[in-house]
Parts: sequence; structure tokens; C-alpha cells
Amino acid sequence: MAVKFLSPGSGVSGRGVNGRDRAERRLAVRMAAPSLVLMALVAAVPIGYALWLSLNQYSVRTAGLSRFVGLENYVSALTGPHWWAAFGQTFLFAGLSVSLELVLGTAMALLLNLAFRGRALLRTVVLLPYAVVTVVSAITWETMFQPNLGLVTNVLSMLGLPGGDVVWLGERGYAMAVIVLADIWKTTPFAALIILAGLQVIPAETYEAAELDGASKWQAFIGITLPLLRPAIVLAAIFRTMDALRVFDLPFVLTRGANGTESMSMLAYTQLRENRLVGEGSALSILTFLTVMAVSVVYIRFAGGNIRDVAKEEQ
Amino acid sequence: MSILTAQRTTTAQAPLRKAPKRRLRGEAKLHPVVWVFVVAVMGFSLIPFYWLVNTSLKTGPSLSKGELFPSQPTIGNYLAVFQNPEFLLALRNSVIIAVVTTTVALVFASFAAYALARLKMRRKALILTLILSVTTFPAIAIAAPIFSIWREIGLYDTLLGLIIPKLTFALPLAIYTLTSFFREIPRELEESAYMDGATPFMAFRKVILPLAVPGLATTAILVFISVWNEFLLAVTLTTSPEARPVPVAIAFFSGTSEFDQPLGTISAASVIITVPLVILVLLCQRRIVSGMTAGAVKG
Repeated sequence: MAVKFLSPGSGVSGRGVNGRDRAERRLAVRMAAPSLVLMALVAAVPIGYALWLSLNQYSVRTAGLSRFVGLENYVSALTGPHWWAAFGQTFLFAGLSVSLELVLGTAMALLLNLAFRGRALLRTVVLLPYAVVTVVSAITWETMFQPNLGLVTNVLSMLGLPGGDVVWLGERGYAMAVIVLADIWKTTPFAALIILAGLQVIPAETYEAAELDGASKWQAFIGITLPLLRPAIVLAAIFRTMDALRVFDLPFVLTRGANGTESMSMLAYTQLRENRLVGEGSALSILTFLTVMAVSVVYIRFAGGNIRDVAKEEQ
Repeated sequence: MSILTAQRTTTAQAPLRKAPKRRLRGEAKLHPVVWVFVVAVMGFSLIPFYWLVNTSLKTGPSLSKGELFPSQPTIGNYLAVFQNPEFLLALRNSVIIAVVTTTVALVFASFAAYALARLKMRRKALILTLILSVTTFPAIAIAAPIFSIWREIGLYDTLLGLIIPKLTFALPLAIYTLTSFFREIPRELEESAYMDGATPFMAFRKVILPLAVPGLATTAILVFISVWNEFLLAVTLTTSPEARPVPVAIAFFSGTSEFDQPLGTISAASVIITVPLVILVLLCQRRIVSGMTAGAVKG
């Protein structure tokens, strides 16, 4: 679809532009086309097909038997309890994990920006969890919170704190806490590195002026660093939120969606694969898709304005 | 900001402080409180790894004890993993899927990224936005219909059936990262190639590609890690050990015998597939960081 309106000869290109220019445009289309066509075929076409699937009901017993039911799958999803529970749980997870990751990521970035012996080591160590497969990160935190085996549970009971004798993955709230922690562990490095990149482009003179003015370190951080870091933090927030709203691996491995941890993607998967409800599963995956897209549109609107403001301030 | 400007007048006659504390090259002495933070961050990053390894060295009854060091460490779990034919198949599948997907994505993406970074092209901004928006697609929205389509045409539960949709998510990541690397290459180099009569494609092949080798390597590492890590498509589109990649195999791992607590073997399998990634980070740390933040600063 992107290829069509780019084909040579359409629109303004032509007589007014010189030969090399036209050759260049044609080359650009040819070079970009394979990727664009593949992405359109494997991303756009299936979503269209999912829309069609979601308007039908399929027989569980007889393969290939189906009937058109219109929006019935959507109505039952939106009026039933499962979708809204998964919706709320996903947003709770995303809100908790992303906000903690941004705070911790900013702190980590500030540490990594200091010149000290051991900074290279710190950067390597911080990066390690990022390379871990998400499924492994889930298993790692499962071992940390196992009732008798786990480090956290043992330390808690040793200190006589609550939580030592809790089966964390077996209880509401606690299970969500483990999932949030596993996510923070693996993805805070990503937020930290994006924020660090933003930190490193702030010129040192900015701070010298503040220091001459007698501002304390904290005042300089609040007054100078944070506002200048805003674009980087917003960028990290966008990437992390989009990822968190699609959460699947962590609840799949840790709880199979039990105890208040079922995410939108997990619910759609369960209906589709485990319960073999193709119509309902497709409707739920379309609802997940629309939710994530709506959030990304809101974010980009908001962040777009945010970034423009900062650019204006800097001028 | 307002705090600072308000103080400007009152501190003007105050004696100048010591020389600015920020040292760009030299190393500074850290405040003890900062050291506490450094140690805390290191502990948070490393202790879970230790606990995973600790668990993987335990079997039987010691798996229900929280010993800091296993009293009878054993490599039994590791032997069990390597004797498990399903795990070995899964390793093979993961390697094939990740290598093929990364290679194909890099070839396609380097063409597209060159067009987007350097050539005159209409609606470039729209195309870049569309590509970027694919990276935010929830995989379930694609996995559900592809599951139905693949079952019709026989691609369900095959390696090819996994590579194709994984490519769709690998491509935008590769294009986005490569575009920002290509943009960093000075234009003068291409201009002089044009002076010598080169076509844009020759400039790409002879000038840009050789200079972009570090960027291509970085992109390859990032794409490889993300394909290796991907779980949702893998679990939706496969059902047998012949097509299952490692993350799915581990998620469905059960003990070798019913008396065996599976967490020990699962931990051992997790350690085994984490070691190569840790080595990759140790060797290519700078590349990974530069790739992750490519485009983040310039937007």
C-alpha cells in the first residue's frame, strides 16, 4: 500500500526534477519495498483477517464449521467479567512497573554518569539482566520467592517480617508484586540507558552557572537536570509502556494468569489456544490491539507537545 | 529554574566556592552514600543470578531448603538437561530461527534503512512512523489470525512458520536502528563517490555498507537477542518439540522423573541458555548500549 503512491510518474515527480533525482527516488522505492511489503503482508493482512474471524463463531467440535454472528463476540467480551479484569490488571501492572522503572532508571543513569573507579563494571553489571530471556527472568524470581527455597522468603522470615510464610505466586497482590519485580529487574537497564544518553548531552556549563549561583546539588537536579531530561524520560516511558501493556511471558510462566495476574494478551491466548474459541479469542486480540494503539496515540500526542515545549525553552 | 534565578542576587557577593566538582575525564571520590547506592544496584542486578545458579545445583530435599550455599552441590540437573532430547531440539530450533531471522532482517533492513536515511523519497516521515508503529503492535493481534492461517496452509508448528512472523517484528527494529547509524556517516564520503560517477546504489554498496559494519554488527546483536527472547508467537504457533524454541521448551519443562522437583532442572536449563547471552554482553557491551540508544538522542 505504501508502494503504490510512491510509484514513479505519479504526482509531482517528472519533468521538473532532474534525472539523477528521479533515479534516486526510484531506487529508494525499490530498496524500501521488500521490507514494507513483508511487514504489510504479515502485520496488516493478519489483523484484517482477525477482524473477520472475530465476527464469526466457530464450532469446537467440527473443524471448519462457522457462522457469522456480527459483534456478538465483542458484546460478550465487553459485558463479561474477564476482559475488564484483564484490562485492569494489565494497566495496574504497566502503571506500577513503568513508574518504578523510570524512577530507578533515572537514579541508575545518574550513578552511571558519575566518573568513578568501577563505573565500567557497574555498567556491565546493570546491563546483564537486560540480556536475559524474559522466561528466564520469570524463573529466576520464582526461585527467589519459593516458600522454603527462596532467598526473599527466607530473609523475610529470618527478620520476622510479614511475607516470609506466604506462597507469593499463590496469592492475589503478592503474585502481582513478583511479576512487577521480575519486570523491573530485566528492563530498568533499558530505561537507565535511554535516560543516560539524555544526561550525557546536557552541557557541563549549565551546571557551572548554577554552581556559581550557589545552587545545591538537589536544586540543580530539580531545576536543570530534570527539565532537560524530560524528552529522554518521556521516550523511555513510551517504549516501556508499550511493552508493559503487551505483557505475556511473565504471567504465563509464573502464574498461568491465576491470582489476579491475567493480562489482556494472556486472556486472548487462553481463549484461542487453550479453550479453542477462535471467534472470542480473535475479538479479544482485536480489543488488545485497539487498547494498545489508543494508548500509543495518546502518548505520542502528549509527548509530541512535550518535546516541542522543551525545544522552545532551549531556544 | 525560578529558585536559581531568585538566588542569583543574594549569592552574587558570596565567596566563590571550590573549583567545580564535575571532572569529565578524571575520577572523582564518591560520597559514601553514593557508594551505598552503587552497591545496592549491583546487588539487585546480581543476587537473583546467584540464586538461580544456587537453585540449579540442588536436588531432592535440599531444593526445599533456603541454604545460601548448597550443602551437597550437584551437577545432576545439568546432566539431566543435556540428556533431555527435547531441550537439545529446542536449542537447535532457537539457533536456526534466530540466525535465519537475523540474517534476512539485516539484508532487507539495510536496503530500506539506506533509502530512509539517505535517498530522496516521498512521504518518508509517514513511512518511518508506520514502521515504528509496527514495533508497538501487540504480538497477540498477529499471532491469533496467523495461528488460523498457518493451520490452513500447513505452516503451523514449523520453523518457517515461526521465522516469517518473527521477521515482521525484527524488521522495524533493524530498520530503525540502522537508519540512525546510516545517518551518522558523513555525507561528504558519498558526495565524492558521486563525483567519481557512482550511482546511488554503488555509493551504498561501496561507501556506506563498509563504513556501517559496526552499526550492522550492533543491529545484528540486538535483533538476535530480541528474536531469541520472543515468546508469545513461539508459544502460539508451535505445539511439538520439533518446532519449539528454547523459551517455550523451558516454560513447559517438567522434571525427569515424578520424584524430581522440576525447579532444579528448570533452573539449570535457564542457566545454560543465559551463559551465552552473558558472554555476549561482556564482549559487546559498548555495541549493545550504542544500539539501544541509537536514535534516542536525536529522535
